[in-house]
Amino acid sequence: MSDTVFVQLLDLACGALLLTAVLILWRRELTVIIRVFAIQGLALAVLVAVLAAHERSAELGAVAAGIAVLRAGALPYLLRRALAGHGEVRRETRPLVNVASSLLAAAILTMLAYAVSQPLIALAPSPATQAIPVGLTVALIGFFVLVTRRRALSQLVGFLLMDNGITTVGFLTTAGTGLAVELGVSLDVLLVVLVLQILTTRMRETFGDADLDELRELRDS
Amino acid sequence: MSAVGIVGGIVQPIVVLGGSPLLVGVMRQIRARLEGRAGAGILQPWRDLRKLLRKEPITPRGTSEVFRVAPLVLVATTLVVAVVTPFLTTSSALGPVADLFAVVALLALGTVALALAGLDTGTAFGGMGSSREMTIIALVEPTLLVAIFALSVRVGSTNLASIITSTVDDPARVISPVSLLAAVALVVVIVAETGRLPVDNPSTHLELTMVHEAMILEYAGPDLALVELASAMRLSVFLGLLANLFLPWGIATSAAPLAIGVGLLAWIVKVTLLGSLLAAGEVFLAKLRLFRVPELLAGSFLLALLAVAASFFLA
Repeated sequence: MSDTVFVQLLDLACGALLLTAVLILWRRELTVIIRVFAIQGLALAVLVAVLAAHERSAELGAVAAGIAVLRAGALPYLLRRALAGHGEVRRETRPLVNVASSLLAAAILTMLAYAVSQPLIALAPSPATQAIPVGLTVALIGFFVLVTRRRALSQLVGFLLMDNGITTVGFLTTAGTGLAVELGVSLDVLLVVLVLQILTTRMRETFGDADLDELRELRDS
Repeated sequence: MSAVGIVGGIVQPIVVLGGSPLLVGVMRQIRARLEGRAGAGILQPWRDLRKLLRKEPITPRGTSEVFRVAPLVLVATTLVVAVVTPFLTTSSALGPVADLFAVVALLALGTVALALAGLDTGTAFGGMGSSREMTIIALVEPTLLVAIFALSVRVGSTNLASIITSTVDDPARVISPVSLLAAVALVVVIVAETGRLPVDNPSTHLELTMVHEAMILEYAGPDLALVELASAMRLSVFLGLLANLFLPWGIATSAAPLAIGVGLLAWIVKVTLLGSLLAAGEVFLAKLRLFRVPELLAGSFLLALLAVAASFFLA
């Protein structure tokens, strides 16, 4: 693979990551959000695959395949099951910050990510490290979704978005954490989602809703 | 000022002036056919304009010069943009005016003039339309600037001619995250600015939804014809800008007659194609609630900002 093609593919994958993060913030329907999240997982897998092809590393290729299976297949599947489990409300109706304001907040977060990651890029300027702000932006937007949404499921998506961002930054900085480390992290994320899925199902069975602001008091039953 | 620029400066306004009502006609015809109606034919907007121009000019009692001058300002600013922006050729008749900021300011000036005229009538509808238009334009103008600015960062100049020339020299640039994000933002903004679905419905007079129509409700006769002509011209100018910023294929780089001919054909085909896509898309869309419009525009602003940010990130 020539250098220009590498840079272009890398940039396109990063662009897709950014775009999907923004779409998750923008849309209200949970089904659409989950579908966009799956596309983002795919973009992340493509990013790692491009890095793998550039480095000619089979290990990194395996990691890319693993990411594709986990983030574009398994996690969206689990989320969809959590959503379909009950006839729950399918929209994020009342986010703490309204959508227009949160989009503008995302613009500020992007600037912040760019400013913060300048010293990191200066350490070793290359096409891969220059994309670090993208990963950081995705992580920050994920955190923003996590703190401003009310439904347990959208908060879960926010958490996964943050994790996607962190993984992106990880791959862009070191061109691949070890296979073992990546496997461990992926397993952790999968476990978290499984546990949270069970938790949300339980919450809904007990309280009839998964709006976390309503859960203020402890009950016995 | 070069020979090719002068040719562009003469041909472009003529084509925009004569062709934009036809573009509107084509778009209406496509909508009509897709909705199962026969349609009035693509010449209908010109027939309407001719009818309106023959009528006696009247203005409502109590309106001032602002009301009378607004249609002229609207047409004049759009014509200047049509002269200077590189649609047909890569160089511009008046280089310094073909600047991103100048062009956007000229287009905004026309909108503001019309909004002032809406306020000047003193009627409930005019004021309501103007206030809605201002709500929309407050987010549209920065987005327009920022989206095109994203493209000018890598060129190092805000001159539209330089931006388009550099894209012609290096077509691979079109497939980059910067261009894609900016293109999406620009499409949303153009839809909002020209008052098409889902932001505004140009073919209704329903008081709950209208934006552009409410402002021009008091116009009649030749003034109305000018306003209608100007809004058709704005539509074709915006579509031409979109087409040439992202797909500048076929644009004339020299003053040879063949190059000019190819440039003219490519320009007309591109704009007609974009207009047809817009019209076909509108058939499947419902109008957005007015309160959701800022959300849409904030989203497109964020996309434009991300495009600028990405042009620094991924440089």
